Amino acid sequence: MKFSDFIATQALLPVLGSTTKESVIGELVDALVSSGNVQASDRDDIIRAIMKREELGSTGIGRGVAVPHTKHVGVSKLVGTVGVSQEGIDFDSLDGHNAELFFLLVSPPDRPGDHLRALENISRQLRNDTFCRFLKQSKTGDDITQLLNEADDNHFGS
Amino acid sequence: MSQLFSTATVVVSNSQGLHMRPANLLVTAAGKFASNVTIVREGQSVDCKSILGILTLGAVQGCQLDLRAEGPDANSAIETIVDLFQRGFDEPTE
Repeated sequence: MKFSDFIATQALLPVLGSTTKESVIGELVDALVSSGNVQASDRDDIIRAIMKREELGSTGIGRGVAVPHTKHVGVSKLVGTVGVSQEGIDFDSLDGHNAELFFLLVSPPDRPGDHLRALENISRQLRNDTFCRFLKQSKTGDDITQLLNEADDNHFGS
Repeated sequence: MSQLFSTATVVVSNSQGLHMRPANLLVTAAGKFASNVTIVREGQSVDCKSILGILTLGAVQGCQLDLRAEGPDANSAIETIVDLFQRGFDEPTE
């Protein structure tokens, strides 16, 4: 699965304003609402579900990366967005470091395979230091879109 | 210290596959052993102590994986990790 299959390019947030775990999740979900990928009426429920998932164990998987996610009946296909925080946000990450790169995913409840393929793609690209560095340096949504397209075209190897 | 080598083949039995929570359990379990533990899927080999590595396997339910451990506690490492797979990471198998 490629980024272009599930990342909403109208919802990218190259300059996150949030400074806490809950607020950054809200900011990312709001972006998906504004871009029309998530219904406004589902917003609060999705944020609650993502926070509940975080309580089971942080999705801050190290290397400055967090992948908050949930299943929700409000989406018919997997959808996600990307956010970047220059300062980093305390996300209770496994390695104790702040998270700077966020991939937020909302998937339909009955599609575990799609969720796994999205995680596979995200984790494969994140293992590449160049990809991470360029993503952290992104200034605009277009910068991120271009980077994701290059990743989709295998510019960063595996 | 003696270097042992141990292997096993497992199948992903939980319906959600190797998503983040099982991957985390594997990393935590493998991290308790001194041995190097790798998971191999169709020739792709990843470090069982790396969550990013495990997630790149994209292993769905039914997927067959080979486990390899090398080090002083290789046998117990494999035993512990096989047990996690056999319990389906305590998730539903449907």
